[in-house]
Amino acid sequence: MVHKFKLNGLNIVLDSNSGGVHAVDDLIYDLLDNVEPPFDAECPQRVLEKLSKSYDEADIKECYNEIVELYNEKILFSEDDYEKYAKLKVASPIKAMCLNIAHDCNLRCEYCFAKTGDFGGGRKLMTFETGKKAIDFLLERSGDRQNLELDFFGGEPLMNFDVVKQIVEYARKREKEYGKNFRFTITTNGILLTDDKIDFINKEMSNVVLSIDGRKEVNDRMRKRCDGTGSYDQIIKNFKKLVSLRDKDKDWYVRGTYTKYNLDFAEDVMSLYNEGFDQISVEPVMADPKEPYAITEGDLPRIFKEYETLSKKMQELRDQGKFCNFFHFMIDLDQGPCAVKRLRGCGCGNDYVAVTPDGDIFPCHQFVGIDKFKMGNLDEGTFNNDIKEYFSQAHIYNKPECKKCWAKFYCSGGCNANNYNYAGDIHNAYKLSCQIQKKRLECAIMLKVIKMLEE
Amino acid sequence: MKHIRTVNKANLKQTAIKGGCGKCQASCQSACKTSCTVANQKCEKDK
Repeated sequence: MVHKFKLNGLNIVLDSNSGGVHAVDDLIYDLLDNVEPPFDAECPQRVLEKLSKSYDEADIKECYNEIVELYNEKILFSEDDYEKYAKLKVASPIKAMCLNIAHDCNLRCEYCFAKTGDFGGGRKLMTFETGKKAIDFLLERSGDRQNLELDFFGGEPLMNFDVVKQIVEYARKREKEYGKNFRFTITTNGILLTDDKIDFINKEMSNVVLSIDGRKEVNDRMRKRCDGTGSYDQIIKNFKKLVSLRDKDKDWYVRGTYTKYNLDFAEDVMSLYNEGFDQISVEPVMADPKEPYAITEGDLPRIFKEYETLSKKMQELRDQGKFCNFFHFMIDLDQGPCAVKRLRGCGCGNDYVAVTPDGDIFPCHQFVGIDKFKMGNLDEGTFNNDIKEYFSQAHIYNKPECKKCWAKFYCSGGCNANNYNYAGDIHNAYKLSCQIQKKRLECAIMLKVIKMLEE
Repeated sequence: MKHIRTVNKANLKQTAIKGGCGKCQASCQSACKTSCTVANQKCEKDK
């Protein structure tokens, strides 16, 4: 499958199945509309006749030969022969967990998918006993996986920080017995950050996700306290402090959500950058289309333009010798994930689960509260392998729209929860999200092409 | 080649054969909690 696009003055050709990325001239770009395997020894006469109105005949023949050469090298028009891998490695161990340590929150963000933090099930904090059971569950089900990931999530995890600390201590003790390595993440709104908490987080957490939406007015419109006032002034100073004290080799991101209210979100990315943050993720809100802040189909042209604007800003920073990493423009064309990983995406419900304060197990944080996807309970010692099996089969070859999409090895079938919530089934592509994803990928690939051509 | 410059060096096909070790991060554990992107994850097989 070949996908080609023009962006920022470049003609880019992606061979989806091999991951081959080619910068081409106009003639190759146009010729690719007219040729496909099986190839003849020489450029077909009908193609010469058609393109010779615009191009020199000798050049067309030369370009045809170059295309055939890449085809023979299997980096253009290459075959999709990965389906056999989708059928293997189905019964995966569980290696990652989203631990909903607090179903409560001290903010009232308008777009919250967790219904202001309690996921619709009442305000609760996880006990240490339940946390221990979650650690044991992960250790026991992790098979030969060495790296185990655990994300302290909520609600707002800092509202139950003593239990976070107890669980980390317990996991550190038990990982040695099992010969495993826990990698902790915490996702926080920053309101309750103190020096002590920052010290602990920077010591123990291999990744920190700091929620902030960008410009003060944008952040404070959505990320509000219970009394309706904005959170920006407090969190920005807390986040700056945390980042300034963090070891350089540890991961962190400031992570924002953009909505219909700030379709000029490149300004929010730049605002975060100008405040001193250079690891930035800003994503589209996922919401019921009836919500006034929801992104809808009509917003897409504006959003596409904004990603182009943002990619130019990232390029400008690079040209000035400055560093800024925008999460959704990260892409490694040479040493990214293997093809097997790319068949199933996040792995929710299969090698990744979420646990609530009640000890209920769900495929991920986004499925919490949807009864039909409840996989079990830690207190009861139950776990439904049928649901795990169902999610293990949710690979791109079982997703009809994904199967024929050029971006399938980059998004890997998208977010199953979004697919379920907005397209009715985990196997259905949520097209709004797909279109945004594809635009981001084009921008990411374009930036990579510029960098590599410079080198 | 005069008309084409191939910018990547690796071929996804070669990664399939010895892939699937599972050492890498679950993509949702990084900085995406709603919009899944896998291609920006790192391979950790030899680490």
